[in-house]
Amino acid sequence: MSRTAAAIDRATAAGRAAFIGYLPAGYPDKEQSIAAAVALAEHGADVIEIGIPYSDPVMDGPVIQQATTEVLARGFRIAEVFEIVQAVVEATDAAVLVMTYYNIIDRMGPDEFARRLAAAGGAGAITPDLIPDEAAEWIAAAEAHDLDRVFLSAPTSSPERVAMIAEASRGFVYGVSLMGVTGTRDAVSDAAVQVVEASKAAGAARVCVGLGVSSRSHVEEISRYADGVIVGTVLVAALRDGGPEAVGRTAAQLTGR
Amino acid sequence: MTAQSYREAPGPYFGDFGGRWIPESLVEALDELAETFAKAKADPDFVAEYQRLSRDYTGRPSLLTEATRFAAEAGSARIFLKREDLNHTGSHKINNALGQALIAQRLGKTRLIAETGAGQHGVATATAAALLGMECVVYMGAEDTRRQALNVARMNLLGAEVVPVEHGSQTLSDAINEALRDWVASVDTTHYVLGTVAGPHPFPEMVRWFHQVIGDEAREQILDAVGRLPEAVVACVGGGSNAIGLFHGFLDDPGVGLYGYEAGGEGLESGRHAAAITLRRSGMLHGARSFLMQDDDGQTIESHSISAGLDYPSVGPEHAHLAQAGRVTYEPVTDAEAMRAFEALCRTEGIIPAIESAHALAGAVRLSAQWGEAASDRVIVVSLSGRGDKDVGTAAKWFDLLPPDEDSQAPSTGVQA
Repeated sequence: MSRTAAAIDRATAAGRAAFIGYLPAGYPDKEQSIAAAVALAEHGADVIEIGIPYSDPVMDGPVIQQATTEVLARGFRIAEVFEIVQAVVEATDAAVLVMTYYNIIDRMGPDEFARRLAAAGGAGAITPDLIPDEAAEWIAAAEAHDLDRVFLSAPTSSPERVAMIAEASRGFVYGVSLMGVTGTRDAVSDAAVQVVEASKAAGAARVCVGLGVSSRSHVEEISRYADGVIVGTVLVAALRDGGPEAVGRTAAQLTGR
Repeated sequence: MTAQSYREAPGPYFGDFGGRWIPESLVEALDELAETFAKAKADPDFVAEYQRLSRDYTGRPSLLTEATRFAAEAGSARIFLKREDLNHTGSHKINNALGQALIAQRLGKTRLIAETGAGQHGVATATAAALLGMECVVYMGAEDTRRQALNVARMNLLGAEVVPVEHGSQTLSDAINEALRDWVASVDTTHYVLGTVAGPHPFPEMVRWFHQVIGDEAREQILDAVGRLPEAVVACVGGGSNAIGLFHGFLDDPGVGLYGYEAGGEGLESGRHAAAITLRRSGMLHGARSFLMQDDDGQTIESHSISAGLDYPSVGPEHAHLAQAGRVTYEPVTDAEAMRAFEALCRTEGIIPAIESAHALAGAVRLSAQWGEAASDRVIVVSLSGRGDKDVGTAAKWFDLLPPDEDSQAPSTGVQA
């Protein structure tokens, strides 16, 4: 059973969209990244994404790039991710996913990566540069270890592709709200609602929307049509400027709770 | 398979390599690109237009020049140089930049973006954009913009905007990441002119197609010159575009040995090199699975080479396949070996090669030495992929030709009578 889906369904049952927050593993250091994720859960996150710092993050804007570059510069190793996931799982009720570029999984070997993630209590992985066309090995490994796999659906994805993405995903489909990379935006793109509708029409049970979501009003707007709202950059900026407590405050503002 | 053709490998996969390891947001644009390219290359009007520009603008066919004095000094086989250095803008890069700019027009796109390391591909793309009246933005590592300030000025003169990339190592790899980020947000209006045979499908296949002319010409020219095929065809390999273009003409001639020379930098044992094929670690970077310099965690390792054009931690997926299949032999050539060949070609032939191409020259000398006595009857075709004007500063420093810093007057840059 998908733990991510269960977390989203609990939010739905409570009459709201799930709140999904992203933080980079090990930023600014291991202890504070764990504390920040715990604060996030205590202030309303149903699902937490732990991003794995990577040397070539093509989907990330300047704020997240700067954070993950700093983490890598201090000698971060992948083993740390599993320790962080385990600590967050033990301290919170949130479903904990990792978000990772695929070369990290490929180097370790998909099965070994899935095994270690499952052993740490992780719920699954979001893979921003892996399309279902290339994902056979990862899907098999995730299946073998009962992990969720979240694929992205874009405003430009054809109906055939949306169907393939919905079919390949477990947990939820990540609806990309706009054509671009992570970072704050002034408004939610009109494309977001269409991405959600297309994915639902293709059979996706749960669709959550991310990219550019940066204010309470964005969260409210997306909550009207999506099963969950994904926020990253504003949380990372809060962590950078004010530490784990600021992450909690920002999460509370975004969720209105 | 007995009569396996390497020439017709279409992508998206080359053996275990290639594919598309990219965000979903780019899939539609890549599909559209693949379809438009497939139609274009089957369209006589497109092919005629590309050939006309190649002839009247680039200056094709490029010459095949025998390097008699260079070969004699090296005691080597007969060496023929495929003179891509004589193309407009000074390297093979213009073949691809012009071709992709024409494709972009067919796609109805008005803006070109490109990455560049030393600036050769950036200059070629800026040139194509100027010729066809398109907007052009070139991403270049901030470190490279400082090292190659004159090439930045050159691109500016051609009407392009050059954006320094301040992230990561501030070199070619980061410039590609930044160009991909731009493209994800701008695919409506923008075509990404990727400069080498790397990247997601259809780039490796398409970029190869625009460079195949190098090998097609060279094969005909060497048959004219010596009446038979050469024993060896050699090229430098960074991303591998000049090499794939030249090799392609000979891939299905089993008697022709094919040799690719990677940047060995300060030597493999130093860790400071760009010999991704030699290391044989498979992974995905910039959209393709290929060989990749990476640590045990899968983080890309920064490459090093005296030659900015070879300073890339991966290589085109078709090269990875040709290496694994054993059709092409790849070896590293160090900075020092390349600079010896650079100096020798300048002095014996009156040709200043790009330092990239000097790696191929050094490879030819090495190959000849391995042949021993038999070398004198043999023929090698070497890709002289670019001219070395851009490298004079680097060479002057390497050979200590500059006045010492402390008492140097500003060196005269004026024209001497």
